[in-house]
This record gives sequence, structure tokens and C-alpha cells, in this order.
Amino acid sequence: MSAKVTDLTISTLELAKALGLSPTEYQHVCGSLERNPNFAELSIFSAMFSEHCSYKSSKKFFKRFPTQGKRVLQGPGENAGILDIGHGWAIAFKMESHNHPSFIEPYQGAATGVGGILRDIFTMGARPIALMNALCFGSLDFDRTSSIVKGVVKGIGDYGNCVGVPTVAGQTFFHSSYTRNPLVNAFALGIVKHDQIYRGYAKGIGNAVVYVGAKTGRDGVHGATMASKEFSSEKELEKPTVQVGDPFTEKLLLEASLEAMKSGLVIGIQDMGAAGLTSSSFEMAHRAKSGLEITLDKIPTREPSMAAFELLLSESQERMLLVTSPDKIEPLKEIFTKWDLHAEVIGQVVAGNRVKMTLKGETVVDLPVELVTEPTLADRSLSPPVDLKQRWFLDRNKMLVATLSSKFHSLMEEINFANPHKLIEQYDSMVGNRNVGGSQDDSAVIRLRDMGDNEIRLAIKADCNPRVCWLWPREGGRRAVAECSLNLAVRGAEAIGITDCLNFGSPENPEVMWQFSESIEGISETCEALKIPVISGNVSFYNETDGKPIYPTPMIGMVGIIDDKIPLPHSSFYSTQLEIAVIGPTEGGLGGSLMASSWFKRECGQPEETDLAMLERMLKFCQRIRKRKMTYAVHDISDGGLVCSALEMAFHSPFDCTGVEVLIPQEADLDRFLFGETVPRVLIAYEPADRVDIENTASQAGVKFTHIGNTNDSSLITIRQGGAQVFSSKIPDLKTGWSRRWDKFFK
Amino acid sequence: MKTGVVTFPGSNCDDDVIDCLQRTGGFEVHPLWHKETGNLGDYRLIVLPGGFSYGDYLRCGAMAACSPIMTSIKEFADRGGLVIGICNGFQILCESGLLPGALAKNLSLNFICKDVQLKIESVNNPWTNQTVKNQLLSLPVAHGEGRYIIDDQEYETLVSNSQVLMTYQENPNGSSHHIAGICNKNKNVFGLMPHPERSTDLRSKGGLLIWKSIKSHLGMAS
Repeated sequence: MSAKVTDLTISTLELAKALGLSPTEYQHVCGSLERNPNFAELSIFSAMFSEHCSYKSSKKFFKRFPTQGKRVLQGPGENAGILDIGHGWAIAFKMESHNHPSFIEPYQGAATGVGGILRDIFTMGARPIALMNALCFGSLDFDRTSSIVKGVVKGIGDYGNCVGVPTVAGQTFFHSSYTRNPLVNAFALGIVKHDQIYRGYAKGIGNAVVYVGAKTGRDGVHGATMASKEFSSEKELEKPTVQVGDPFTEKLLLEASLEAMKSGLVIGIQDMGAAGLTSSSFEMAHRAKSGLEITLDKIPTREPSMAAFELLLSESQERMLLVTSPDKIEPLKEIFTKWDLHAEVIGQVVAGNRVKMTLKGETVVDLPVELVTEPTLADRSLSPPVDLKQRWFLDRNKMLVATLSSKFHSLMEEINFANPHKLIEQYDSMVGNRNVGGSQDDSAVIRLRDMGDNEIRLAIKADCNPRVCWLWPREGGRRAVAECSLNLAVRGAEAIGITDCLNFGSPENPEVMWQFSESIEGISETCEALKIPVISGNVSFYNETDGKPIYPTPMIGMVGIIDDKIPLPHSSFYSTQLEIAVIGPTEGGLGGSLMASSWFKRECGQPEETDLAMLERMLKFCQRIRKRKMTYAVHDISDGGLVCSALEMAFHSPFDCTGVEVLIPQEADLDRFLFGETVPRVLIAYEPADRVDIENTASQAGVKFTHIGNTNDSSLITIRQGGAQVFSSKIPDLKTGWSRRWDKFFK
Repeated sequence: MKTGVVTFPGSNCDDDVIDCLQRTGGFEVHPLWHKETGNLGDYRLIVLPGGFSYGDYLRCGAMAACSPIMTSIKEFADRGGLVIGICNGFQILCESGLLPGALAKNLSLNFICKDVQLKIESVNNPWTNQTVKNQLLSLPVAHGEGRYIIDDQEYETLVSNSQVLMTYQENPNGSSHHIAGICNKNKNVFGLMPHPERSTDLRSKGGLLIWKSIKSHLGMAS
């Protein structure tokens, strides 16, 4: 790009291509406008037509998602989805990716990811009360992985801790496919009264368009375009396109915005996120079917003489655009001044369908709204990978000849089976006085003290198993939803909605598009079976470097409701005199299991299909058992199979001497029994006297009950088959290894 | 009992303190804004809550210590009024000179949030009178800069005046002499890094004893 290009330079195809527009897109723009756009306008198209903002490759697939439900007050398409939780209250939640910036600059990339998702929540009028994150990191052999992990965790912690929203749950996953494309998916949830819900509308001719929050700088210009390209290892440093976060300003903006909304001073409001002022202004005009006139000179800036395209594309953080009536400008300014923030009227809502912007008296932008907000969709081709059947081959013979002990210890070395407490403790999980669960339970549980006497509890969980997604994307999608629902159910919650964050490679690769479409199918059919609506979401494509895409990672964030006062069950062995049973099949599939990956050092085998009918019965069992008013501990069986679930329940036990004895029937397949990962399966530990009650409850719900062992005070895990001991190991030693594996990142 | 809970820009435990005091009962809670000035005469207790006042920029608590309301709080404390500073509130009390010592970055350089065991060192004061010496309490900590630093001479003074009220059983941040909470010489100003407002009806309940001690000292049924 020549240095002489200014806002008013008439664009050429060459310039358009340099900004990432395709010749077809550019011709479409020129044809509709009957002129070539100038450089400032071209910058708008470049950002808004980027995959990140336009969803041009993914949009048509969203129709597949079930989005209806009796609780849905706001489905996909707004800053966040909203669900009714009764008594005049609602919750808003969404998950969003900040992947590309987090590789370039892990600390700021992750921090601003948290900032962005928080603004998506409070822009709806909701007070954010919980954060969650799902992180995928690369190979431990890559020299930058450790600094990426540290930077991301510190970025998330410093931002969320300072704003004062607790991080209540999370997931981490390590795999070499994320080495140059780490994933940072941030989820936020807020609470709002029905009559306090706001949306991003620029409504009412003559109303004022107000800029609030931090000043605009040059950071993040063309950030959305950056997030819509794959990386190459030669030019991986694009630091100037990463934004810098200020959680202190965010906290002030949060309080000031909520106060302004509560005082009835706001008509429409939207965060200036990706593509900054451009996306917020055009989207707000689009939703309200109105036009806007904006004087760019009025924008508070950090740096002098910024060009229009910079003002338009800056992704400076902690800024919002809102619309209010002229008589409310003064009281609105008072609130923002009280919180030491800027509030400047920068324009007004006008009739028609055009957005016009001026700078120094010159019209720099004059565009019809729809041309910008309705880009031409891309029709991508799909094809399954040619080697799918080879991926599904799992060499059982090689597995059967190995000793149980060698397989067991190989599994114990896995970073994906390790205690991330050193990471969790860096997040304030308690601020807000709402978190009632443990940080390592199957799902987080928070109480909504805001509702007074009508207080209810919510359970929150993020899940995705990229191993399974790579082997069989449809099952991967199914399992992400199924696992989340089970994780909520064991804590006593009934799922009421999901948000998704779909992380994939390049949509220009037909195999990636096939993974994408199959994952959506898996998610959708499971949501339909369980009657859970998808209420918000985000797509992140181009997570690939040098043509190597990440494993497909359709991350699911699920929220469930507990509307009774029954105490939460234990999640660990709370006594050394319990019986242990498996609910569901005693044996699980090894295809795509952590055991198979650990043993063969690659993903292999066909994952077993989740039985959705059985899943429904299992959820019913979880609901019924808690109403029996007995004391018990329960834990989902997932990564690493039954043996890892049992060990986790022992590791979290309050007693150092807790031991576990696992009794395997003579005829059972040892590997499938101990390490299989079929969904749905649950491990339950109870007082021996309650066995009949549990057995009956399982039988009534239509799920299999199998007594498979007991706890004791030997501090050993002992595995017997047909009476003979086949394995034994000291639990405290295993726990030490499990607890210390994250020490390589955090001392 | 008229209780003021101060909100500085960046305070984020103010609402938690208000919620906790209302749940505990007996406190008539009034939010106070950092720009307020004037006499706090009819207040019985002032709480400086946790958070990141002014984003922890410059030094934790340094800018909040210069807020207009701190002048009123100093006068209130000089008259013997009860002031408790929790976490960032403790940092503000140290920065404003109402308490000795200073708080520095945790030795690990990382933020730490977890339940810790505290040992009660002294009970003859408004803050821990409902506990017994050497009693163990479980309370959560959540801070990045909670390493309490004090020189040997000042430490001797603290000990001889029974100003060290609680210590960590396992030091999470590298504080001198494992100190978790101290009061001033007159015992009416108390600062601690752990969060008693997060510990009244959730997983740990150690904080309840601190609020009960305050109520008992002010002659209220606990």
C-alpha cells in the first residue's frame, strides 16, 4: 500500500485486494454504489466483509441450530442471548473467541478477550456475574508454549479479577495442532430484569448518537481482517493489530453504563468490538432500519490527526456507542462524568438508510447500510477427509499385549489428565459472593442472590473433546453437548441453553468446511433431543498455520438451572466406607479416548456414538437421585475413563488415606472397562445401606446400575478381576504427579 | 448500627460487603462515595472493601488513600471510630498511614485465590473478641499484592501491643512473620488481606466470627 493513500483516495481493485476483499466483493460494491469507494469506505468493507465480522462462510449453517424455547427472550444475532429464569429475571450469556490475538500477544490477546465478552453482556443491560474460559494450547515441546500459557492465564486473571467478575469454571486442552494457533474462548454470564434488557438499536429520528468510554487510539486497526487470515510462520508477528486492555476503565464503563440504563437514559447501546465504530454504527442502524450522521471530529482521541479510516477501524478497548433522546444528553453525561469517563455526542439518527460521516467538514463516508451489513455469502465446498477410515483404525493387538501397569502410568503422565489448580487459583473465583460450588466440580454452581427470596442457582460448564471432533466431527458435536448436559445434571441442574464458539481452520479448505458442517449437525441433533436452544455463538475460522488447521473445536458453553433448595451432592469420596457403582454401560469405547492417544501418541479409533435416548434417561436418573435426600458423591466419566474418574474422586477426598478398590467381572474387557470413554456414564459413591434405593432409582429411570467397588482407608488404588489382583498403586504418589504436572508453567 | 461501605473507582467487593452485612443482620448499611466529604459522626463502623481502586495503578491503594473521603475517615478514626479495611481496603489503610507497614507483590508474582487457614494471635480487641487465641479459622484470600512487609523494630512494637491479630498457617504470599491482619495501636483500625465478607454462609464460615466480634464490641446481640 502506497504511503500517499488518504481517506479520500479513490480505490482500485489492487487496493481492495490488499485489504483482503475478493474481486467479486469489490465489483459488487462498485456496482451497487455506481462508483469506486474511497479508501475510508473501502476500509469499512474490508472489516465488515471479513469472515470475523460477516460470518460469510458460516451463516447458512446456523439455520440448523434449534433456537426456540419457552425461556428464550433473545436468540442469536444480538450481542448476547437471553433466557428467562422466572420471577421477572433473565440471564444473558455468550462465548467468544480471541484466538489470533492470543498467539501474537498472549497477555493482551486474552485480557481483551475477557473485556470484549463482558461488554457483550452489560451492553444488554445485564450485570456480569460469572466468567468461564476454554483454552487450547500446543505442544509442550514448542518453546513458546510455556510463555503462551503463562501470558494467557495472566491476561485472563488480571482482567477478570480487576473488573470483579469471578472466573468460576474452565477447560484446558493440550495438543500439537494448537501450537501456533492457541484457542482462547471466553464466556460471560450476566443477570438482568426483563424490563431492563437493552439492545443495539439506533432508533428514533433526531436522537443523539453518543460515544462513551475510553479514548480512541490507533490500536487494533484492521484487527478483524487479521483474525480472518491464516498465519504463516514467517510473518507471525502482527503486534500493532492487537488491542491493549484496561480493566479499570472497563469496571467504570460497566458501572456507568448500567447506571445510565437503570436511569432510563438509553435507547440503544452496543459495544465497539471487532471493527470498532464501524460495526457498532452500521449494525445499530441496520437493526433499527435507520440512517446515521456522524461527525468523526467529535471522537475523543488519544493521538492527534487520526485519519477517518483509523477512527473507524480502531479497536481501542472499553468503548460503547449509545443512542439517547436529546433531552437526556445532560443527565447521561453527568453519570459518565461521575465515573470519570468521556461521553460525547458524535452524531444523530436520521431518516433513510445511509450512514454519512464527515471529518474536517468533508464527507468521508456515504454508504447505504445494507450494502455494508449484508455481504455476499461465500459458497464453500465440503468434503470428508480421504483418510477418515485410516483414522478409525485402532490396533487392539498392540494394546492388549501391553501390561496394565505400563498403560496406566502412560495415562498418568498426560498433561490432559493433570490438576490445573495452579491455574485456577490465579483467577478470583469467589468475588460476588455467589459461587457456591468447588472450582473443580463437574460444573460450577452459582447462586443468584440478586433475586432475593426467589434465589435460584445456575450451573455452568464449557466442554469440547477435540480428539473425538477430529476423528468424527458429528460425534464430537454431539458429545460436547452431551458431556455438558451430564456435567450439569450430576450437580443437580437442568440445562436451559447453550452458546457455542466454533473454532476451525480455513473455510477455504473443503475438509474444514465438512468438519464444520458435521459438528453443527452433531450439536443440533443433541440439542433437539434434549430440547436445549442455542441462544448465542461465535465462529472463529482461519485457525491454521502453514496450511495445518487446528483440530476442529466446537466449544460449547452450557447453562442449567437448579430451582430447588436441595444441597449439592459431594463430588469426591467423602468417606472411606462407601460403595461405588457405575450408572450406564460398564464398558466404554477406546476410539478417540485419552488412553488411545496416550498409548499410540496419536488420535485413533472410531469413537462410539453417544446414545441420545440413553442420555435422556441418564439425565432423568441424575434428577431423581438427588430428590431421594441421601448423601452421595457423583462424578461424570469422561477423559481417561472410569479409572481417571475414580482417581479424581480420591484425589479430591478430604482424607489422605482414602483408598479405592475396583472389582472387574471376569468376562469384562479390562481396557474398555477401565479406560473406555463412551457417553453417558456416571460414577456414584454412596453409603452401603442406600444401594437398593439407588439401584431402584436407576432401574426406574431406565439406566444400568453396576456395583464395581468400594472406598477404604488403604490409600491404595487396587484393581481386581475375577478375584485376582491385577494392579495396585499408592494414591498419594499418583496425586503428587497429578498435582505437579502444571508446575512447568506455574511454580 | 450505622455502617458505611466506601466505593472507590475500581472497588469490586463493595456490593459483597453490603450483601454480607445484610445477611449477617444488625448493620444499617449506607454506601459512601469516595468523593464525599464531611463528618462521619453518627457512623459506628466504616468498611473499606476489596477491589482494584484506581486499577492498582501507581501502587495498590496509593491513589485511593488521597480520596476526599479519606480525610473524613482519618478524623473518624482519630476519634476512635471503627474502620476495617479488607484486601484493597487494607492496602489503602497502609498507604494512608492509618496502619503501619506496606503490602507488596506476592512472592510467587501470581494472583492467588483460595481458602487459607488463619491462626488467631490476639483476641482483646473489637475484631476478634468472639474467637480464642490460637483458634484456626478458614477464610478465602484473593490478591496479587498481599505480602505484608514490616521492619523488625516495628514488628516488635506490633507484637508487644498485641496488634497482630491473625497469621497464616501456610503463608500464601510471603508476608513478614506470616501476618494476615493487623490493627493500629488503639485497636480501632483493622486491616486484613483475607475476605471475611466472602466467608459467612458459603463454603467457609470463618468470617462470621469477625462480624460477630464487631457487633459484640458495639454492644449488640450477636
